[in-house]
Amino acid sequence: MLRHIRPALVMLIGLSVITGLLYPLAITGIAQVAFPWQANGSLIVRDGRPVGSALIGQSFTGPRYFHPRPSATTEPDPKDASKTIPVPYAADNSAGSNLAPTAKALVDRVKGDAARLHAENPDMPIPGDLVTTSASGLDPDISPAAAMFQIPRVARARGMNEDTLRALVAAHTAPRLFGLFGEERVNVLELNLALDAAKP
Amino acid sequence: MTPLFWLQIGVFCAIIIALVRPLGGYLMRVAAGERTLLTPVLGPLERGLYRLGGIDPNAEQSWLGYAIGMLVFKAAGFLLLYAILRLQTVLPLNPANQGAISPDLAFNTAVSFLTNTNWQSYSGETTMSLLSQMLGLTVQNFLSAAAGIAIAIAVIRGFARRSAQTIGNFWADLVRITLYVLLPICVVGALVLVWQGVPQTLAASAEATTLEGAKQVISLGPVASQEAIKILGTNGGGFFNVNSAHPFENPTVFTNFLQVIAIFALGAALTNTFGRMVRDERQGWAIFAAMGLLFLLGVVVLQWSEAHLNPALAGLHIDPALGNMEGKEVRFGIAQTSLFSTVTTDASCGAVDAMMESFLPLGGLVPLANMMLGEIIFGGVGSGLYGFLLFAIVAVFVAGLMVGRTPEYLGKKIEAKEVKLTMLAILILPLVMLGFTALAVVLPLATGSISAPGPHGFTEALYAYVSGAANNGSAFAGLNANTPFWNTTLGIDMIVGRFFVIIPALAIAGALAAKKTVPQSAGTFPTNGPLFVGLAIGVILIVGGLTFFPALALGPVVEHYALASGTLY
Repeated sequence: MLRHIRPALVMLIGLSVITGLLYPLAITGIAQVAFPWQANGSLIVRDGRPVGSALIGQSFTGPRYFHPRPSATTEPDPKDASKTIPVPYAADNSAGSNLAPTAKALVDRVKGDAARLHAENPDMPIPGDLVTTSASGLDPDISPAAAMFQIPRVARARGMNEDTLRALVAAHTAPRLFGLFGEERVNVLELNLALDAAKP
Repeated sequence: MTPLFWLQIGVFCAIIIALVRPLGGYLMRVAAGERTLLTPVLGPLERGLYRLGGIDPNAEQSWLGYAIGMLVFKAAGFLLLYAILRLQTVLPLNPANQGAISPDLAFNTAVSFLTNTNWQSYSGETTMSLLSQMLGLTVQNFLSAAAGIAIAIAVIRGFARRSAQTIGNFWADLVRITLYVLLPICVVGALVLVWQGVPQTLAASAEATTLEGAKQVISLGPVASQEAIKILGTNGGGFFNVNSAHPFENPTVFTNFLQVIAIFALGAALTNTFGRMVRDERQGWAIFAAMGLLFLLGVVVLQWSEAHLNPALAGLHIDPALGNMEGKEVRFGIAQTSLFSTVTTDASCGAVDAMMESFLPLGGLVPLANMMLGEIIFGGVGSGLYGFLLFAIVAVFVAGLMVGRTPEYLGKKIEAKEVKLTMLAILILPLVMLGFTALAVVLPLATGSISAPGPHGFTEALYAYVSGAANNGSAFAGLNANTPFWNTTLGIDMIVGRFFVIIPALAIAGALAAKKTVPQSAGTFPTNGPLFVGLAIGVILIVGGLTFFPALALGPVVEHYALASGTLY
């Protein structure tokens, strides 16, 4: 046992320095030089101020913007730190709903959202992603169908032509990787930025 | 099952198969201490560590010496990690002023990362300082993976050698695997991840003002460097709470695909290392085939389940085309999520790109069943192979019983001692998994942590202890595991699941190494063909099925029928 102690300590300290300090710091150094935008969170800057990250969703509630998916993230309650309150797209506290498929709470939530969305656009079935929370609570994307579903509302609120909006959504629809992997998707923040640019 | 799903699975399998031989050969050369391309760069570092530690890399150890060296190393690693976590408020690199970590959480986390489980009772971005993430957790990501591979190599030596007293040098195996295998792949992998959008900075967060004028605080950190080893080493402990579902851990479909490949790569390659070292690569391919078929079974069932809309949401004008999207990310969709969730629970990785708690009941059954089989479907790096070899011993034992001959595996007679040790290792897992679950679902002290009522709550508790003892680390994350009861029992669960398999496996290796090889005869059961593959799969499914079916029936199976009949909780 005792003769194992010196090699154990040397290996632990030596390999800790290599893998726990030299390696992450070297990667940080290279990343900050080679990919500074990504390494610092892919922040989108408008008029000199960061408006969000290209990879992180943010909350949109007004009728003039495309809305993201529901989000289950929370923050500590400012009145009572032992409790939490729902704060969608809290990017410093990622979380999913973790509701069971048989949970009343899930079905009640979806019923409420679905009724509201069906009233808003009764002509189209509701895309599933618009009534379900994402795994991270920070999903930056919606499906192309979910964007199309919202076009009538955004068109009314902005006084824009629906065809113009359809073209905008199509231009911001990212394809599957190599046409094969993953799903087609629309980045909500980028779409809304383009919307502001087209008609502020 | 869309054609696109099958194509994605097909490309994935083709890439893994293509990696098996080159990576398997490389692992063998590294373990043998041969020169590699990287020796000119890393050789001085390796030799320096030997000199400081007073280690002669050529002085081999008996199985007991190997095991004690590993245990002393683990004990020292535990103390260091526990200390770093407990002292994070006074140590440097805590820009977000993360608070103190309680003793039970520090115990649980230290055990968790040491055993390659990476169960997380905490949420990364609101608990860990950057120093804890780097010098604490990233280090054990490397070392627990390297130790796992080292032990697998030592066990293989036991099968490959004859009349030998030693099975290698733990220190040399540990250093070589860390420096020549894990570190270089992670350097490349981490930079690819940054390129794709994973942050790598010493800032804890950035602030933005959203288009609607709200303030958004975005957590950052040295994510990519930890992410690379988290995946490659089948560790699975995320930088952020939601792990590989977080857009900063897994920003694109490309990174998702890269991650599933990296999770399987070393585990799959070790089957070939095994084949090469026992001088018959087909022995390795037979193991690979058994593992691969079990993987396909899981991914197909999971994808089939999740491609459906939750039946409880029918009649609400919802388009069923996207499937069950609760707890899933749009960029991945059902196919990539099913692939990731199957791979991460086949291998004892435990990273997740979706919230398994919200899977439909039979979808959630797949990850649970994958872990219950003992994490031998490629498995954790190293642990998957030695775990599978235990089942192979049972398989040849069963074959021997059927024809009335002393069982042999690779020319070694399998006798009472080896079979007893094997059964110890195989039976200890269900004992802690089911035993702790039984306690947790009746003790009032524990049940307060279970969030879901009904059968799903039972599955939540079962999943936790299965995940812990299998050293997986994924969760039905509705469980609030950060309480003294859960932290302590899960800590014990993980220790038993790791070391009560490793020590018997090393003992078997020592016993086999000392044996002579018996020549093959007409009566030898061939272990490199389809008959063995079928027998091994049969043994794995029967052992797992008989042990766990009652528990699965109480959890996901009941829930499935409840959902079909419209019962909610």
